[in-house]
Amino acid sequence: MPLPRTRGTALRQQLAELRGPDVPAKALDARALAALAANPGCRRRAILDGAGVNKATLASALGSPSAFGQSQFALTRGNAFEAKVKADGGAELLRLVHEKLDRAAEPPAHARVPELTAIGPEGRTARTALALREATEARGEWTLLDHPMLALDVAGSPAFLEPDAVVVHPDGSWTVVEIKSFPMLDGSADPAKVGAAARQAAVYVLALEEVAARMEPSPEVRHRVLLVCPKDFSNLPTASAVDVRKQRAVTGRQLARLTRIQDIADTLPEGTCFDPARPAEELTAAVESVPATYAPECLAACELAFHCRDRSRAAGAVTSLGRSVRAELGALTTVPDVLAAARGEAGDPADPTVVALRRAAALRAEALDTGAPGTGALGTGVSGADVLGAAACR
Amino acid sequence: MTTVSELFDPGTAAARATDAILRDTLHGEARGVVVDSPPGAGKSTLVVRAALELADAGRPLMVVAQTNAQVDDLVLRLAEKNPELPVGRLHSSDADAYDKALDELPNVRKSAKAAELTGLPITISTAAKWAHVKVDEPWEHAIVDEAYQMRSDSLLAVAGLFQRALFVGDPGQLDPFAIVGSEQWAGLSYDPSASAVTTLLAHNPELPQHRLPVSWRLPASAAPLVSAAFYPYTQFRSGTDHGDRALSFAVPSDGSGPDRVIDEAAESGWGLLELPARHTPRTDPEAVRAVATVVRRLLDRGGAATSERSPDPAPLTADRIAVGTAHRDQAAAIRAALADLGVTDVTVDTANRLQGREYDVTVVLHPLSGRPDATAFHLETGRLCVLASRHRHACIVVCRAGVGDLLDDYPSTEPVQLGTLVKFPDGWEANHAVLAHLAEHRVGFEP
Amino acid sequence: MSLISTLARLEAVSTGRAQPAATVRHRHLADHPLVFVPLTTAGEAGAPLGALVGTDRDAPRLLVVPQPRDRDLRFQFLAELADVVLPYVDSYAGAVEAAERNETDPETGKRVKVEVELCADAPQLIVPSRAGIDFVRLLGRSMRFRRTAEQDPEAPHPAPPRVPLLGRWLTHFGERARVPGSALLLAATELLSRHWATGQSTLEDQHLGALLAWIDPPEGMTGAEAALAAELARDAKGQLLHPPAGPATDPAFDNKLLAPAIERYDRARTALAAAEDGLEADDRLGELTAAERAIRDLVASRTRPTWDAVWRGLDLLRELPEGARVEERWTRDRWSFTSHRDRITAGEPPQPRRDDAVTAANKLATREREQARLEAQEALDDPLVMAGRRLSGEAFAGEVTDVVMTYSEGKRPSPRPLVTLRTDDRPHLGERVKVYRSLGGKPQSAEFVGYDDDCVVLRVLDKMGRGKEPEAGSVPEKGDRLCFTLFEHEQRGGAKLPDPEDTPWTHGGPPGEATHEAADPLTAEDVL
Repeated sequence: MPLPRTRGTALRQQLAELRGPDVPAKALDARALAALAANPGCRRRAILDGAGVNKATLASALGSPSAFGQSQFALTRGNAFEAKVKADGGAELLRLVHEKLDRAAEPPAHARVPELTAIGPEGRTARTALALREATEARGEWTLLDHPMLALDVAGSPAFLEPDAVVVHPDGSWTVVEIKSFPMLDGSADPAKVGAAARQAAVYVLALEEVAARMEPSPEVRHRVLLVCPKDFSNLPTASAVDVRKQRAVTGRQLARLTRIQDIADTLPEGTCFDPARPAEELTAAVESVPATYAPECLAACELAFHCRDRSRAAGAVTSLGRSVRAELGALTTVPDVLAAARGEAGDPADPTVVALRRAAALRAEALDTGAPGTGALGTGVSGADVLGAAACR
Repeated sequence: MTTVSELFDPGTAAARATDAILRDTLHGEARGVVVDSPPGAGKSTLVVRAALELADAGRPLMVVAQTNAQVDDLVLRLAEKNPELPVGRLHSSDADAYDKALDELPNVRKSAKAAELTGLPITISTAAKWAHVKVDEPWEHAIVDEAYQMRSDSLLAVAGLFQRALFVGDPGQLDPFAIVGSEQWAGLSYDPSASAVTTLLAHNPELPQHRLPVSWRLPASAAPLVSAAFYPYTQFRSGTDHGDRALSFAVPSDGSGPDRVIDEAAESGWGLLELPARHTPRTDPEAVRAVATVVRRLLDRGGAATSERSPDPAPLTADRIAVGTAHRDQAAAIRAALADLGVTDVTVDTANRLQGREYDVTVVLHPLSGRPDATAFHLETGRLCVLASRHRHACIVVCRAGVGDLLDDYPSTEPVQLGTLVKFPDGWEANHAVLAHLAEHRVGFEP
Repeated sequence: MSLISTLARLEAVSTGRAQPAATVRHRHLADHPLVFVPLTTAGEAGAPLGALVGTDRDAPRLLVVPQPRDRDLRFQFLAELADVVLPYVDSYAGAVEAAERNETDPETGKRVKVEVELCADAPQLIVPSRAGIDFVRLLGRSMRFRRTAEQDPEAPHPAPPRVPLLGRWLTHFGERARVPGSALLLAATELLSRHWATGQSTLEDQHLGALLAWIDPPEGMTGAEAALAAELARDAKGQLLHPPAGPATDPAFDNKLLAPAIERYDRARTALAAAEDGLEADDRLGELTAAERAIRDLVASRTRPTWDAVWRGLDLLRELPEGARVEERWTRDRWSFTSHRDRITAGEPPQPRRDDAVTAANKLATREREQARLEAQEALDDPLVMAGRRLSGEAFAGEVTDVVMTYSEGKRPSPRPLVTLRTDDRPHLGERVKVYRSLGGKPQSAEFVGYDDDCVVLRVLDKMGRGKEPEAGSVPEKGDRLCFTLFEHEQRGGAKLPDPEDTPWTHGGPPGEATHEAADPLTAEDVL
């Protein structure tokens, strides 16, 4: 099967130069794609991911290493769990798919588990597509694709994705299966982790839909995926259907917007390069040449977050205190500007933001001034009230 | 169902739906009947009609509404249709517990004690008040109005009072909410913070479900957009066709942005007055002034509305215009700006308070206008749905440029609770849909 | 975030130190709280690795599970934890005072006052962070359905005697912690960030070390510098100088230190089991003990800094005077503690896995009521909180400029004085909106009459006695500085919900006989 080749090689060449000569591209996996949704407005992240730059290595080279890591205990446990779920030709997994998603179908007494090994990601992708086609044509049977490989066009380059499993139902429809090692306790699970799993599954759904679109007639890719987790405190699998329509819509739109990479690349100064082997100073300048939209949420989602946080703080950006902080500050975006406006040293007194800030500052000063401990009563000296502005009573 | 009903004229389709609802309510076996009613589809008319028919059939009826204003409105409507019918208005013991207009109605008995209203064919109150009522013998029938805005725990408190019920509401408006976290019960069929209808249907999936298929309020220019953006799986249509309604102005445009957007809206039903992109506080003075100016010009230009209701043009007066906002302080700022322009009797309110109301023209300050960030509150589907579906003729949206980027940059990392129904479309999608449509009716404005 | 707290954060940035977010302490702090610093094993639900626990800051009890996947060692840990927690809890169960409670008389159906016991004080658990509270809940859930040999002689792996009881108590603490303003179980990070605004985001405030660094930076460092060090500084071996407050551990610690130590322990255990004679066994027991010792030291090294930080945080909080209405909320905690004590004494079964419809609705109603109560009380107790409400138009303060006595109409005219108040605040007052002020700790209500020039005119409605002449001190006087709120000071009780056995058809009908909740099955999967 030919790989999707939709955009010119010029961009790919340009991105390779940004990455640096001899630096291999870091493949974008579904987790990375799903993480795009955490801060879709960040141009820095978009160009680095689009160019396949290893952000963790880059962050270390910049002197602000990322703090991501995985405990080997979690890794061992996760692998053991996935093996258990897929044991016996995936009997338990298929039973769960049948129970949670497709009760009307014949129970999966036995299932086809096609061999998917091939050479290289391209080969595996082709093999997977073939297996999907055969399975879809084999009406009335269940098929389990264990670690299939899918390709998704991301800003002109193929990203290779490896879902835990894809199940083809007897009616020819396809279901994405996500196996996670966090527990479902009494039927509920950590909503943040389920959300992340749903976003990841949505990427697989999109990739499967590209495969399906090339088939005639196009099989249905189900928008309810199966999330398999350990039950309560055990290592026994349990599962829940998760509706990923929303995540699919969002991710689809994010991916479409990644075409902006060309625009971003075009704004970079000649010779910009993110090769971690470059001197830190040069690297810093290169990174600075693309604007970032740092917010504290980045700390949990992006390897470069500590670097961006330092920069954001150094610039006095109020967003470094949280996205919500900006909500009432209107056009004021830096700590010194806001404080100067609040203290009456700067700012247009007709601007409602400035008016509100001065009122807030005066009320705060008054409360701290007269905060007679323990009484909660209002004191008499109202020093702050003088600056509250006239005609407040209407 | 949609395709079949579309073969009929909207009046016929609506009448068939109403007949089926009344048949199930009066003669059906099921304990409950659920009716989805999109904006302006005649929900109140249905409630009044069902109440009168149940009373006629000699079935003691209790009616549950969500706010005192809704209760009083229903009492007035019932009395209008049948002034002879004795109706009980159960109210709280607070001062001003009910609308004084009820004192003019001889057959309406008012009391703070349910016992003093026993034996009346119809008793009406709020869910909050009903929750304090104890009875030995439950009512044979109930009508629960605005059931989608009622919380599950609120239904739990009153469901023991009746044997069977008709649940009516609009699934597209603002959902009920809790002021504390309720994640602990997410995914449970009886999650107390969910809507009453969600719980009801989770436990009684076999109940007959109907929907009113025709919006009599929304014009032909608005129904398809509102239906597609907010009710993608339960489409509805407008009761009137293009050309059935018209909005015209005696005074020609002065060429200004506000006048041009008024003309665009009069022509097409929608208008977007777009201010230059800028991050602003919620009470963006320029946007507030722009809203006020549009209202002022609507009044000054001698608007006249022609519709199926009045073949002769009816003047577009202040009481036929409303301004909708997301926040209370925005409403207050716009009221002040209107007062400066000498306009005092135009309704200016938040989406929450505009629910269930109807005007000829609405002017909306877009919830995302000028914001540096979008939040779940501002993206809530119901909020935009309410704001975009109050008008009979035209809706004018005032907004700063850049909302599209704001939406695109919105981080979509919402947590997901297992077992909960996904509300679809979500606000993000719906906002995009509305924005795309508004872009076709855009008038740039540099204040 | 209100502008006032935003300003506090920005001030913190510019001064390099956390700024006050409260002028009084809004939560009760027990004289002898039980501090609990747990660690858990990555990737496993409810597999504790160890903990520091105790009421004496200088002598914490160290509990360690050298092989977290071993069920017996886990039970041993839980039994030891029960040995610390349960005596502490029990020490509050005995001292009671007489109190009255309204109950429905089962025969007459009337509300009557009943004399009941109320525990004079209650236990208080403090964990480092919100994740610690979740872990308490998780431990509670993992234990409360276990069966002891005494309860069920057939149980294949009976739990140690007091473990199920500990599960029920931890569940109760965890549930109570969801009630706004409650203080039976508190997280140090939430306590501190309620009272101080730092120069970082709320997300970063969840790191206890960084939060404390802003509030109380070491000599010669700014809060920002100290917080950065607390978050990120590592030693030469790549280990964090300030370990995370848990219960999750740093992956670098797991991989570089803990995993080899556990491996060594496993080897020593296998070797001991294979020992062929007593002498060999003695040697190998020595190695096992040493291996276990090494794991204990590792766990101690990761929990002790957090332990000290929690106590340091409590010191700082104790410097703030307690808010006037905090005691009242703590009394509610005492009621909560007493009633759970009574449920256990009465032999009731453990809390079910999921609430029934009525219980869930009752809990939600309680929490919403407590949230409203908390917001009102914090504002009344603390001018800084009230400042936020004034800024948002929910309260206003000012000086009385005029008082005109008027009377209500009717047979017995009552005083209805008109009070004119000059204020610079901008309350959201509408026609006849009710407002309240605190008069001797009780709310006095008034209604908005209108504006007079730039002043607010109010009509006082109550708390002036029964006579025609108002009681002394009950009417504001010219020159008084007053603060009125648009929100009510006290919360009304909600409607009574049906009993669970009367759950209506809309909510699935009665849940049926309470079935005995089976313990989680113990499978071979416990040890991988």
